[in-house]
Amino acid sequence: MFYREAGQFKTSYKKDQAILPIFQDKIAMVAMLLFCFIVIPLFANDYWLASILVPFLALSLAALGLNVLTGYAGQISLGTAAFMAVGAFASFNLQVRVPEIPFLVAFLWGGLCAAGVGILFGLPSLRIKGFYLAVATLAAQFFIEWLFTHFDWFTNYSTSGVITAPPMTLLGLAIDNPLSKYFLVLSIVVICAFFVRNLARSEIGRAWMAVRDMDIAAEAIGINLMKTKLLAFGVSSFLCGLAGALWAYVVLGTVEPQAFDIARSFEILFMVVIGGLGSVSGAFLGAGFMILLPILLNNLGSLITGGTISTETIAHIEYMVFGAFIIFFLIVEPNGLARLWQLGKEKLRLWPFPY
Amino acid sequence: MDWWFFLEVFVGGLLSGVMYSLVALGFVLIFKASGVFNFAQGAMVLFAALTFVRLLEMGIPMLVAVGVTMAIMVILAIAIERIVLRPLVNQDLIILFMATIGLNYFIEGMAQLVWDSKVHVLDLGIDEYDAFEIGEAFINKFDVYAALIAGGLVLVLSLFFRYTVIGRALRAVADDHQAALSVGIPLRTIWIYVWSTAGIVAMVAGVVWGSKLGVQFAISSVALKAIPVLIIGGFTSVPGAILGGLIVGCGEKLAEVYLGGFVGGAIENWFPYMLALLVLMIRPEGIFGEKIIERV
Repeated sequence: MFYREAGQFKTSYKKDQAILPIFQDKIAMVAMLLFCFIVIPLFANDYWLASILVPFLALSLAALGLNVLTGYAGQISLGTAAFMAVGAFASFNLQVRVPEIPFLVAFLWGGLCAAGVGILFGLPSLRIKGFYLAVATLAAQFFIEWLFTHFDWFTNYSTSGVITAPPMTLLGLAIDNPLSKYFLVLSIVVICAFFVRNLARSEIGRAWMAVRDMDIAAEAIGINLMKTKLLAFGVSSFLCGLAGALWAYVVLGTVEPQAFDIARSFEILFMVVIGGLGSVSGAFLGAGFMILLPILLNNLGSLITGGTISTETIAHIEYMVFGAFIIFFLIVEPNGLARLWQLGKEKLRLWPFPY
Repeated sequence: MDWWFFLEVFVGGLLSGVMYSLVALGFVLIFKASGVFNFAQGAMVLFAALTFVRLLEMGIPMLVAVGVTMAIMVILAIAIERIVLRPLVNQDLIILFMATIGLNYFIEGMAQLVWDSKVHVLDLGIDEYDAFEIGEAFINKFDVYAALIAGGLVLVLSLFFRYTVIGRALRAVADDHQAALSVGIPLRTIWIYVWSTAGIVAMVAGVVWGSKLGVQFAISSVALKAIPVLIIGGFTSVPGAILGGLIVGCGEKLAEVYLGGFVGGAIENWFPYMLALLVLMIRPEGIFGEKIIERV
């Protein structure tokens, strides 16, 4: 009833190609941003900020990065966590070698290094595709994890291999409490989300989608495959690297290779698939789902059993429920939460009438 | 260079490669027949091994335990076909792949819930440290037996594929789903057969791995090692899986011994993947894989 574009005429190509073509979408976006920047900080407590919202935002950014690669450009990657690790370690190393560098510059450097590594491991994508490519990215995952564990130079010869992240200050303000961390991560994520959304509707984004749908056909109509695929790897890894730096600096407070193992890669792939391939909102929905589901299961488990069953058993049941949930979800809606959201919007256009 | 030592490492690598082949075999069977890259194969190996070892611990004779475990794997296969695969027919490869990762979580949880998550010793009556001596090289007897078991399994499988009606139907399905359907081969039944066979192969792999390393959670991670094996051999080829396993086994052991020292060791973890990457650069469909022909 309220959500319909009747009367909103697009009189130029520019209007037709706008990021948010419908007026109500613009209002909704502004409302959501206001909600995130003002309402949440006012009401959320430290637990919510530090252990749910900040990790959620950091992993959403990684999911956004993977979504560029897998959702838009159609290249499967199982090495997301490795690119995150590159981002984290590169920014840490820059700060260690050049202490006066501001941390935001270090984060950017981390993203750029990750992009470089991503392009390097994306080179095989020119020749191989599908699952074969997934294995190439697995090589990245294991190799990079090994590199950071075995070469002390990367960890600055720290004896334990676990390093405390350097403190962050922005314009003289120390970013050390959950609220300031939340603002930092939120700002970066919002900028990146708009960046991706914008990129996706540009010539580059359309080229990515053409390659995803059929790369030979895309090549035949004159899209440079090498440039397109490597750019997708670069942009994706840049975002993943940034997310990795955030994950290490803001969420964990330590820089360690163990935080970026293969389980993390799978987690992010799940976020992308469950959220919806090829959509920006999907990355956020998927990340929310994957963060909240284990917490929910955990609380539910201890609530139902009341602590009568050993925690080990509960952990196993959680595993089962988690697996079953994912299968169930893929069967019910293989196109992900973003698709459900879209269907909901379609319904809303007509509501309260059937058609 | 000490050639006897080289030989020892080489043969040791070959024999451990046989184990990778066993796991990879399960992948290939399922991929050929249903086009699903079954990530849950590792969990199936764990589940089968745990079932077997717990049955033995209950005092059930070995042959009966084998039979019961096989029956359970068949039931599991039927359940997977019914509950997971059937509703997902015609979905994208990546969706099916994600579903098998979900399945992987489920089976891992189930295996440890129904049985338990302790390390179990599985004793098949073979001494693990006994070795043959060839010249100056020592060859582990246990590994040789494992290789013989794997070889026997491959032989039985290839005879089964070649000479039985079901085997022929399986090959037809692997060649072309639609053509197979149109000559009256029931696809769903075939899938159950394939998943059952993969389950039984998983059992053999689990028992062999389990008696070498102890039956424990870590077994399920061999699935990750099987992936480069598949790449090198090709996703669709049974002999490819065997050869790929041997190449990976040898390659990683030799690399660890002769190159590992220079770069800080533990290169076993990523070496197979890099090897696979190299193979892919030269031959994108693997050594034995079917040539990929693409049309617009």
